[in-house]
Amino acid sequence: MPRNASTRSRDGSRRRHASVLLLTCAAIAACVFAFASCSKKSSSDSGSESKPLVVGFSQIGAESSWRTAETKSIRDEAKKRGVDLRLYDAQQKQENQIKAINSFIAQRVDAIILAPVVETGWEPVLTQAKAAGIPVILVDRGVKVSDDSLYTTLIASDFVAEGRMAAQWLAKALNGAGNIVELQGTPGSAPASDRKKGFEEGIAPHAGLKITRSQTGEFTRAKGKEVMEAFLKAAPGQVNAVYAHNDDMALGAIQAIEEAGLKPGTDILIVSIDGVRAAFEAMVAGKLNCTVECNPLLGPAAFDAVEMVLAGETLPKNIVVQDRVFDQSTAAEVIDSREY
Amino acid sequence: MREIGRHLLWPLAALAILLAFNALRDPAFFHLRLVEGRLTGAMIDILNQGAPVLLLALGMTLVIGTGGIDLSVGAVMAVAGAVAADLLHSGASTATALAAAVGAGLAAGLWNGSLIALVGLSPIVATLILMVAGRGIAQLVSNGEIIDIAPDAAILAIGRGTVLGLPFPVLIALGAAAALAGVARLTSLGLFIECVGGNEQASRYAGLAVRSIRLAAYALMGVLAAIAGLIDAADIAAADANNCGLYLELDSILAVVIGGAALTGGRFSIAGSLLGAIIIQTISTSILRADFGGRSVPVELNLIIKATFVLALCLVQSSEWRRWRPLRRSAAA
Repeated sequence: MPRNASTRSRDGSRRRHASVLLLTCAAIAACVFAFASCSKKSSSDSGSESKPLVVGFSQIGAESSWRTAETKSIRDEAKKRGVDLRLYDAQQKQENQIKAINSFIAQRVDAIILAPVVETGWEPVLTQAKAAGIPVILVDRGVKVSDDSLYTTLIASDFVAEGRMAAQWLAKALNGAGNIVELQGTPGSAPASDRKKGFEEGIAPHAGLKITRSQTGEFTRAKGKEVMEAFLKAAPGQVNAVYAHNDDMALGAIQAIEEAGLKPGTDILIVSIDGVRAAFEAMVAGKLNCTVECNPLLGPAAFDAVEMVLAGETLPKNIVVQDRVFDQSTAAEVIDSREY
Repeated sequence: MREIGRHLLWPLAALAILLAFNALRDPAFFHLRLVEGRLTGAMIDILNQGAPVLLLALGMTLVIGTGGIDLSVGAVMAVAGAVAADLLHSGASTATALAAAVGAGLAAGLWNGSLIALVGLSPIVATLILMVAGRGIAQLVSNGEIIDIAPDAAILAIGRGTVLGLPFPVLIALGAAAALAGVARLTSLGLFIECVGGNEQASRYAGLAVRSIRLAAYALMGVLAAIAGLIDAADIAAADANNCGLYLELDSILAVVIGGAALTGGRFSIAGSLLGAIIIQTISTSILRADFGGRSVPVELNLIIKATFVLALCLVQSSEWRRWRPLRRSAAA
């Protein structure tokens, strides 16, 4: 039996060797192909008269339709302006983003656009980018660094302001009195804590407005529905309004409200943030009352910033994206112009 | 059988403690009402919301029984939901969409099973591949977007339909549990699975078709994951490839462990896993309903409460603890 086992393992290792060899060949082939296409591109680049701007974009991933819309906006704007965009999808990992930035530096790109997945740990790689003289533009999320000259500017929405706008709309709709339940985003994430903070600031002047329950729906439709179901059953008939940190959770809450035999948008008011297309559809159907936009179409602003900094202009450290409030009165008119 | 009965003691006690806590704090917890022909109440919610994890835990029980593990079940849920929603979107019939989704789950299970039983990869590595790739496949199918299912689609009955007031997901999950428990304990299949998990070589010498048993366990796991994915999609009337089933592989493994199965294989209990899944969902629902003088549980504490409870339950079930208890008793005497 031992002999049998050893032959089998030798067979196995031979098979493994073969597959390793195969993989190596494939990897080499891929490299050669990539190199060939790169060199082709660069030769055509040098052939043209004015060299196009080369911009590296390190994106977090494609985890939501919001982020897909952001990527599309930056890609479309690059194409429109004739910019050679090098896009790296980090699949939610900071180490991939750091690798991407290192490779941008090695490729000597003209500028880097970064959507950082977390706030900390950027100091070394941003210092290298600065040493190489490459400006870094942050989009939609900030970083914590000791020296803020490590990046040029941050283009982002103000999440606190979004929460405040949602609160102001709801305070008006409820005439300053009512029980509100809150569906929070993922605990610890910047949009969740800022939108919570902004909303609390917004309802503070109204003594009659109370957040009676607040739990996390983790930014997803399924969890939003589950939390809302629990809220409705724990305090039947005592919920006047729902504040959801994003549209997906609000859409889940709408289903929970319907299944409880109530009319969403009428019996219980619902306000949320993001302004995705499905939210506009829900507003047109009368089920969602209000959504505060969180604009992902950052492409134009990002490339404006790139061009300005390369032209030697100084930019403000924060460029705040202007977000608007939409409710049922305008939903039907603007729904067709929404791009995400 | 008596051994298994003893294993159920602690999970049952844990569930009783949870329910007693809720009964004291929250008198409405046990209320059941009939709303539009549908039974509603916290107890129904627990079973309804827990149905996907329950189904996963059933399959996971058999897989863990063979000494394996399946990390890909959350991703397979997402694939099944995305496939069904995508087909419905392109005009396919409900039957086609259902068959394709379950077929995708079966294919995923057979893929895992082949890598493990035929190629000889370790179960963690083999299913990790599909855990990562599967979600990617689901995102490819859905283009990374949430695919809505039309509000009048027949497929939604899987998530929202009722029979005699009971939600359909509850019936599917409990039905699957009963069927599996019957097959596993009335035939020798359960024994075979435990043999493979307990000692693979001895099982082979005894003439068991070890590879087929392994393959079948993963295939069944894939099908159950697909059904769980369909329930999840039908529940929210949309396939959310990014979030459907996320981390549920861990919840289902936890359910099996709480139920008293050995992670090393060779011993399992369907009833234990059923209890484990119900306990996990009861903790979640209790946290969501909890109200401390007009304040919810702070969200930062959700996972800590869950972890503490589970840790305590695992501790009292451990053999170290059981060895320690008689010592204490004899010291007192």
